[in-house]
Amino acid sequence: MAAARTEKAASGVPAGQAAKAKFKEAARVTVALAGNPNVGKSCIFNNLTGARQHVGNWPGVTVEKKEGQMLYAGEAVRVVDLPGVYGLGAFSEDEIIARDYILAGEADVIINIVDATNLERNLYLTVELLEMGANLVVALNLMDEAAGRGLKIDVPKLGALLGVPVVPTVAPKKQGMEELVAAALKRAREGSPQPLAVPYGREVEAELARLETALAAYAAAVAGLPRRWVAVKLLEGDELVRRRFERYPALLKLVEESAARLAALTGEDAAALVAEGRYGFIAGLVRETVSRQKTAAEKLTLSDKIDQVVTHRLLGIPIFLGAMWLLFKFTFALGGPLVGYTEAFFEWLGGRAAAIPNPVLASLVKDGIIGGVGSVLVFIPPIFLLFLGLSFLEDSGYMARAAYVMDRLMHALGLHGKSFIPLLIGFGCNVPAIMATRTLENRRDRLITLLVAPLMSCAARLPVYVLFAGAFFGARQGLVVFSLYLLGIILAVLMGMLFKVTLFKGEQAPFVMELPPYRLPTFKGTLIHMWERGAAFVKKAGTVIFGVVVLVWLLSNVPWGAPVEQSVIARLGHLLAPIYAPCGFGHWEAAVALFFGILAKEAVVGTLGTVYGVEEAGLQAAVQHHFTPLAAYAFMALTLLYIPCVATIGAIRREAGWGWAAFATAYTLALGWLVACLIFQVGRLLGLG
Amino acid sequence: MAPLPLRLLLAGEEGIVRAIGGGKELYARLAALGFVPGKKVRVVQNQMCGPLIVSLGAGRVALGRGVAQRILVEKVLG
Repeated sequence: MAAARTEKAASGVPAGQAAKAKFKEAARVTVALAGNPNVGKSCIFNNLTGARQHVGNWPGVTVEKKEGQMLYAGEAVRVVDLPGVYGLGAFSEDEIIARDYILAGEADVIINIVDATNLERNLYLTVELLEMGANLVVALNLMDEAAGRGLKIDVPKLGALLGVPVVPTVAPKKQGMEELVAAALKRAREGSPQPLAVPYGREVEAELARLETALAAYAAAVAGLPRRWVAVKLLEGDELVRRRFERYPALLKLVEESAARLAALTGEDAAALVAEGRYGFIAGLVRETVSRQKTAAEKLTLSDKIDQVVTHRLLGIPIFLGAMWLLFKFTFALGGPLVGYTEAFFEWLGGRAAAIPNPVLASLVKDGIIGGVGSVLVFIPPIFLLFLGLSFLEDSGYMARAAYVMDRLMHALGLHGKSFIPLLIGFGCNVPAIMATRTLENRRDRLITLLVAPLMSCAARLPVYVLFAGAFFGARQGLVVFSLYLLGIILAVLMGMLFKVTLFKGEQAPFVMELPPYRLPTFKGTLIHMWERGAAFVKKAGTVIFGVVVLVWLLSNVPWGAPVEQSVIARLGHLLAPIYAPCGFGHWEAAVALFFGILAKEAVVGTLGTVYGVEEAGLQAAVQHHFTPLAAYAFMALTLLYIPCVATIGAIRREAGWGWAAFATAYTLALGWLVACLIFQVGRLLGLG
Repeated sequence: MAPLPLRLLLAGEEGIVRAIGGGKELYARLAALGFVPGKKVRVVQNQMCGPLIVSLGAGRVALGRGVAQRILVEKVLG
């Protein structure tokens, strides 16, 4: 993601020709961004690098390691965005990623972004970083909001007490960026300071001193890390640090003795004493540097007032369902007419292609490429609108509330509300949904979420729904599509419950989640967010789907000149068709479309376009000719459920291994077929067919 | 007053965290969010079923009922 752009605000240097040439050189300095979730880290990353990246409100947005480059005073600087974390324990993958990166010393300097409105909480991470001996610059972000709440922060004093530069910033307004970069690069040149020694009180200090002395004999395991930090972590019972000393039972025994002595002396757990020590130190810092102009009495903030309605015991779920319904209504009401325009465009394009003199080439371009890719691309407007709505909900902070509201329901699946966020992202695309499960601390939660996430109706299924619902259900198409989304959710719940009692017995992880304050998303931020995801869809249409439609066109035209019923693809379809006969669509075109849908679900529409030999405009009539309304509904349900697309299977394999990927594939295939059959057969019995 | 589980505080009531049960992992996660003994917290929402919303100074945190059971607080009177 080495975006070749520079923000003048950050670099102070216009990106001229000479600068661009220099930019290509390897960056000598690496800056890493660390901070809690929801403190504007992504925004600062964007400001610095100009790279397009998501700015969101729920945890886990930056779980992927994001990198960018910036140019400062003619020098290329690498910027690495670390996952948003609250601390550097060894409990979540995010924390381990951030911590390992910092310990590896790859970054010359760390910019720690801190929420000025919630200093006490945010400084916990800062203190942990400083104890580790990280070379730090603190960006005191959201200074405008802090001022709005009547907080006055003595910035120079805070810097002096922490022993590192502190730069006040307002990321959305790009305030303080240049000072921040200057301070970071200065710091990078100067090198690491002494690690911070938090005063832990007499009893803990005595044990730390003992352990530090003992650690002198284990230089190999300490591996150049600050010895005091290693001692603190051992006392805290940190699993990863402990593992370094697995081969030295004598030392681990010392640690146990220390913890036991502390417990006897204070009646408290060593980990508790260490955390209290840090917070005591932080409380002191805050007392010295922050003053409140208003009275300290806590008032209900606007966020709290919104929450009282949105997370209400009775209103919460109806409001959530209402929000989802509005989202889909918005998508279709606004997207529908736009689909018409795009269709007209591709029809015109198809007409132009028909004029190509070479008949083979004309057929490839008109029926294959324009017919296939075009029938997918016409759905760009509703898909972008859906992403726009989802981005707005995420960036505003509502998503976290949805997770809170859904916690009770999610308990039925044996999951908690936090698992709901990946599932909701699944409505956009299953691949990021699978990736977002990384924020779940517990492996059991992760696996159940991974397995049910492909049942969330992603945007790629939308073209299929739009086509069939439009062809068969007229004015009620919005309702029909909504029912499919609901079907996916209900089946996810049922499957989750099933997995919970069969594959993953045991206790569920505790539900702890920050609720960020509501923020009105910036227009630009939401658009960028929408564009990132929408662009991925367009890219997929341009690559995978393009490949698929060309392949389908080829197979449906071999042998050349023969009618499509005698082509290779028809033979393949005839082979598969009997499987789908009980579901109500046992004709070869449907079988072929479903076969290619495995590569990407949008390809179902593209393939139908090609095998029926019609353009988008004619596709509706063609499916009306081949399907009954009941069979069409069963077909949509099957498209929703059967086998995750190749990209999703790949994502599951990356996250959980081949075994689980194979299992997810197998169970969804069976589930999809069963449900589609059930719909068709029960529907027929009820006289709907 | 004897410490009681945070789960039992009503919306608007305040308590001072006294102890956190449930193991090191939960302790560390809560500590990173600011739940440590001595910290004053206020229950923003408690529906006596499903998760709670708790205020820690400026931040709001949603806690499952199981978690809220393990945080022992001393209720602040008044």
